[in-house]
Amino acid sequence: MSVLVYTENWDGKFKKLSLELVSYAGKIAEMMGTITTAVTIGEVSDEELKLLGKYGADKVICLKSDNLKSLDSQLYTSAIAQVAQAEGSKVIVIANNNSGKAIAPRLSVKLKAALGSGVSQLPLSLSPFTVYKRAFSGGAFAHVVLKTDIKIIALTQNSFDIVENNKEVKIERVDVQFDAPKTVVKDVQKQTGKLLLTDAEIVVSGGRGMKSPDNWGPLVELADLLGGATACSRPVSDEGWRPHEEHTGQTGKIIAPNLYIAIGISGATQHIAGVSGSKYIVAVNSDKSAPIFEVAQYGIVGDAQKVLPKLVEAVKEVKAK
Amino acid sequence: MKILVCISHVPDTTTKVKFVDGDTKLDTNGIQWVINPWDELSLTRALELKDDASTGIKSVTVAHVGNATTEPTIRKALAIGADDAIRVNVDPADAYHVAAQLAEVVKKEQFDIIMCGIESSDYNNSAVGSMLAEFLDIPSVSAVWGLKIENGQAVITREIDGGKETVTVPTPFVAIVQKGIAKEPRIAAMRGIMMARTKPIKLYEPVAVESLTEYVKFEMPKPRAACKFVDPENPKELITLLQNETKLI
Repeated sequence: MSVLVYTENWDGKFKKLSLELVSYAGKIAEMMGTITTAVTIGEVSDEELKLLGKYGADKVICLKSDNLKSLDSQLYTSAIAQVAQAEGSKVIVIANNNSGKAIAPRLSVKLKAALGSGVSQLPLSLSPFTVYKRAFSGGAFAHVVLKTDIKIIALTQNSFDIVENNKEVKIERVDVQFDAPKTVVKDVQKQTGKLLLTDAEIVVSGGRGMKSPDNWGPLVELADLLGGATACSRPVSDEGWRPHEEHTGQTGKIIAPNLYIAIGISGATQHIAGVSGSKYIVAVNSDKSAPIFEVAQYGIVGDAQKVLPKLVEAVKEVKAK
Repeated sequence: MKILVCISHVPDTTTKVKFVDGDTKLDTNGIQWVINPWDELSLTRALELKDDASTGIKSVTVAHVGNATTEPTIRKALAIGADDAIRVNVDPADAYHVAAQLAEVVKKEQFDIIMCGIESSDYNNSAVGSMLAEFLDIPSVSAVWGLKIENGQAVITREIDGGKETVTVPTPFVAIVQKGIAKEPRIAAMRGIMMARTKPIKLYEPVAVESLTEYVKFEMPKPRAACKFVDPENPKELITLLQNETKLI
C-alpha cells in the first residue's frame, strides 16, 4: 500500500508546488487509510527532505545516481516505477508540469496504471476511483474513472492548498545503478532568480492593447510591485514584443494564479483557455464588449496606456503604508 | 530518415462544447473538426525539415486513430504537405488505447523521428506521445520547442523551468512538441488540396487493447461572479477592492 508522490527538486530545493503535491497525496492517503511516501531524485539535504514531513510525508526516499543528473524520461520512469513497486504503491501523485508530463504517461504504460492528468481536486470517490480533471481546454471538466489497480494522478499546479500535517518523517537515501542516459544535454540556458510564470501567484499580462513593445515598462513595474510575473497574449509573442515563454493561452502556458491581471487583452477563447483556472481575473480594456469582461470579476473600461501608470501609483501608495 | 507525425482530430478551438446523454458524451452537432493545434505545428516543422535537402529527411507520414468520418482531417494534413497517411480504423477509447494502436503502426512501418503534440485540445491528457515511446521502449523528449538535424543527428531544444536545454537522443525517438516548434501552422495551397485527393491513406485494423480510464461525466465550469466595473479615472478604487475582497494585495 501507500500513496507515492514524486516531488521534483530544483538544485536541491523544494518549492510550493512540492508542498502542494505532498499535501494532496497526504489527503488521499488519509482517505485510503494508508501512509504517504515521497520520492525525489538528486542531492537534497536532510533539512529540506524533512520539510516534506511537515506537510504530511511519512517517508521520504531520496534517489541518487550519476546517470540521473538531468531529465531522461526513460530512466526517471524506471527509477520511480522501481520505488512504486518496492513500496506497493496503489496511487502515484505527480505534478502536471514539464517533467511530470514527460514521466507520468510512461509510468502509466510501464505499470499498466490508469492516468488522470490535469486533476484539480481530491478524488470524487475511491470506489470506483474517480478523478476530476480539466477537459476541452477549460471549456469543461470531466469525471474520469481510473479502472486499474494502480492509479496515477497528475495534479495541476496551484489547485490544492498546502496543509501542515507534521509527521515523524523517515528518510531513506538510495544509490541506484543505471546505464548511461540516452538523453545527452549539450547546452543549458537558464535564468536563475527569476520568478517562473507557472509558479507566480499574481500575473500581469499584456495584449495587443499595449500597442507597442516599447510600452511594457509600467506593466513590468506593476508585476514587480505585486511580487508577480509577467505574461502576454499570443499576438504579442508572435510579433516578438515579448519572449515566447510568456505566451499564455491554449497553445502557450496554461496557468492558474490566484490573481490574473489582463491589460489590453480582448479575451479570445484560446486565451481564456490558458487562464480560466485563475482564482480572480482583472481586466483593463478599452472595449466594453470585449469577451475578457465575461470572465473577469473586476474591470476597467479604459486605455491601457492611461490606466496602467495610475495603477502603478495606487499600488505604490498601498505598499508604502 | 523518415518522420511520422501523429495527428488527433479535435473540435475547432473556438467551439463552445455541449454534452448529451446525461452529460456523458460530447454533443458533436455542428462541430467543425480540425487537426489538433500542436499536431499541426509538428507537421509544419516536419515539412520544413523535409524541404531542407541537407537534413536527409525523405518522407513525412501522418498517422491517426479514428473511424472513417475523420478522413477529412487526414486529407487536410495531406493537403498541407504530408506524403502519405495511415489510419487505424477504430474509435479512440483513451490515451493508452490510442498509444497502443500507434505503437503497432510504428513497429510495422519503422520511422526515425516520431512527432506528437504535447496535448490534444479536447481531453488535455498530455499522454499519447510519452505512452507511445514507452510501448516502443524508445527515448522521448517532452516540451520540445526546437528540432534541427545537424550532420544527420537530431538536435532538440526543450523547455525546462526557467530556460531551455539543448539535447540529443539516438533515433528512433518521440519528440513531444509544444508551441515554438513552428511559428505559424502551414496552410494548404490549392495545388496541395488537389494532390491530397490521390495521396494514399493506408488502413490498419486495430489491435485489441483495453482502455484504462472511462469518462463518466462532464460538467461546465462554474459560472464566475459578474464583473464589477471601476471608474477608469480612479483605478485606485480597483486596488482597494482587490485588497479588501481578494486579500491578495
